[in-house]
Amino acid sequence: MPSLGADMEAGTLVEWLIKAGDPVKRGDIVAVVETQKGAIEIETFETGTVERILVEIGAKVPVGTPLAIIQTQRGKEGVAPPPPAAKPPPPLKAPAAGPPPVAAKNGRVARGARISPAARRLAEQHGIDILTITGTGADNTILLNDVERRIAELKAQAPRAPGFDLAAMREAIAAAMARSKREIPHYYLAHEIEMSACEDWLTRRNAERPPEERLLLGALLVKAVALAAQKFPAFNGFYHDGKFEAASSVHIGTAIAIRGGGLIAPAIHDADRLSLDDLMMKMRELVERVRAGRIRGSEIADPTITVSSLGERGVETLYGIIYLPQVAIVGFGKVATRPWVEGGTVLARPIVNATLAADHRVSDGHAGALFLTEIGKLLQEPETL
Amino acid sequence: MLHKAAQVAVTETTYREAIREAIRDALKRDERVFLMGEDVGRYGGCYAVTKGLLAEFGPKRIRDTPLSESGFTGAGIGAAIGGMRPIVEVMTVNFSLLALDQILNSAATIRHMSGNQFGVPLVIRMATGAGRQLAAQHSHSLEGWYAHIPGIKVLAPATIEDARGMLWTALEDPDPVLIFEHIMLYNMTGTLSPDAGPVNIDKAVVRQEGRDISLITYGGSLWKTLEAAASLATEGIEAEVVDLRTLRPLDDATIMASLRKTHRAVIIDEGWRAGSLAAEICTRIVEQAFWDLDAPIGRVCSEEVPIPYPRHLEEAAIPQASKIVAAAKALLKRA
Amino acid sequence: MSTVDIRAVVQEELGNIAPEMDVGAIDPSADLREALDIDSMDFLNFVTAIHRRLGVDVPEIDYPKLATLDGAVAYLETRLP
Repeated sequence: MPSLGADMEAGTLVEWLIKAGDPVKRGDIVAVVETQKGAIEIETFETGTVERILVEIGAKVPVGTPLAIIQTQRGKEGVAPPPPAAKPPPPLKAPAAGPPPVAAKNGRVARGARISPAARRLAEQHGIDILTITGTGADNTILLNDVERRIAELKAQAPRAPGFDLAAMREAIAAAMARSKREIPHYYLAHEIEMSACEDWLTRRNAERPPEERLLLGALLVKAVALAAQKFPAFNGFYHDGKFEAASSVHIGTAIAIRGGGLIAPAIHDADRLSLDDLMMKMRELVERVRAGRIRGSEIADPTITVSSLGERGVETLYGIIYLPQVAIVGFGKVATRPWVEGGTVLARPIVNATLAADHRVSDGHAGALFLTEIGKLLQEPETL
Repeated sequence: MLHKAAQVAVTETTYREAIREAIRDALKRDERVFLMGEDVGRYGGCYAVTKGLLAEFGPKRIRDTPLSESGFTGAGIGAAIGGMRPIVEVMTVNFSLLALDQILNSAATIRHMSGNQFGVPLVIRMATGAGRQLAAQHSHSLEGWYAHIPGIKVLAPATIEDARGMLWTALEDPDPVLIFEHIMLYNMTGTLSPDAGPVNIDKAVVRQEGRDISLITYGGSLWKTLEAAASLATEGIEAEVVDLRTLRPLDDATIMASLRKTHRAVIIDEGWRAGSLAAEICTRIVEQAFWDLDAPIGRVCSEEVPIPYPRHLEEAAIPQASKIVAAAKALLKRA
Repeated sequence: MSTVDIRAVVQEELGNIAPEMDVGAIDPSADLREALDIDSMDFLNFVTAIHRRLGVDVPEIDYPKLATLDGAVAYLETRLP
């Protein structure tokens, strides 16, 4: 198996063009190998007779593995075509005068294709095989706008299919919510939290950052709940077989709405220990993967408590239903400017209603109230989150 | 970089006058400041920058020196260590070679060698560049050499505003600052707000925004680059022109932001190509913005020859707007 | 960059956020968040995409100017050379 690229580790043999007994001479194409760069024909460097094929069609073998034995005049030699480096190096030429890449076969460009770094990166970001793109630069170089054109073409062709089966998801949600309501004695608490500290802090911080680094209020809410859950283990864990087991870590299930209907609450692991920037990045990444239908099993199973927020286009208060086998769910309504009494006077302040729905087999209202008020306190000092 | 909203009328001035005004302003603000160099006093400066200053400030503040760059640069270093704020004027960068040991081995290095006991708050101004048919020995652009040296700052004011504003900021710097004034800029006319003051000396500036290609340059080449950008615009190519302003330290952030936007760059540097400042910038772009590149990086530098004396050969040897246009179009495959 | 190009980029990125909606059919003066049912995370992703595609950093204080398709295009035009 020859090395067909500096980063090639293995190749798959897809076709033999010779069989035992065939005569071959130097330069004959003897097989076709599939690599990350496409289907590539390989030639023999020996002249002689094929004695034996060593590797079956379909086998993926590391670079350097003997593929066949060719009997030459000089005697038996187990030879795999040597890597191209064994050829005498071509005379040094200025890069512009180098040989143009081999014309596309099967719609794919062979090795030697020139690709600009920006084009390569964009193709990678969009999951496009760069070698399927025709380059329009000098020497057929694949440029940024060649990739951009392909992206536009793909978008025009493919209707977007959701990654999740929404009907099946609806059924699963129905079953889970029904069971939760049947089995868990929910109790509900609500608490108004004044959010001007958070809003001011966010505004100041985001003003200095490009969009990629900005935080959303949701990240502050998740962090506050995570930190509070550390202190109140009765709300962070699982209820199984008549027994509550507090979890040693805090994995916040973040409820994410799926476009077209559907709801999923995958875990942000160890949310209490993540910085706000990391937390925000995880949230963004989760939302992206949810939209693409790529959520991992562990993310569904791991949440130790869930946070659900309807965002600024929702309503004042959200009463949640606990996701079995968790024992609590914290809900946030939208932040709205309302009258708020401070120092004996009525002021207009941004207020959010936070609710706790909790399992009465594990905790009671007193602990729940402390838990909720702790969240409220943490949100008064966003810089410590 | 923005002028204050004009409550005060702008004045018409020249690059030369702006520098003179900067020197006058510095001499008036701080009594530790003085200027010394060859022919700066009675003659008024080889390029007439200091004309009239001797009469205004006297021989203690404007000092004519003997013809000895090494000697008077050394004296300037000593004065700076001793608590003064000297401006040493070396007539041109060509003659600074005679003071290279002082600049590199004393000025740039004394803070380090003295364990931070002594600094050298010295400003050295030098004329630089080609274009006046001063031939092989008197047409160098060695800013790139100086930008190689740790311990100093290297500035290249290309606009009247920078000519006026960089000097004071340089004088406030506790370490040596070299200011390079391109000889072809002295006569340049333009406007300046009468209350124009100090400017920063650590940031590059985008003089003209564009989306298709970044043209990165400094000093005398800025105006040729802007001319090239105008020419490219008539062909539908939007060039972004970046004026480096400071060659050491280089403002990587501004350069890379431009590359992220345009994905292509040509660097215009009047030094010779080999081992040039342009080469350093190329490397930094490859290090920091490789994945943003959609074309190789181009350079327009002086040809690898001693700068010729005959006018037409001198013009052919140094960067010109036409060469910049050609380089840009080659990258965009429209040669 | 022409108005047509800016509009195309904006519509493309809105399409990325709300893939099942026909972005071309939106009333250009309608509130985008309502019309496309997008939340603050979607909006931030949109702003980030605009930054990446057009090099324009939209500060939070300017978010209201991106409320409609027309508004967004007009705003971005002023920010681009």
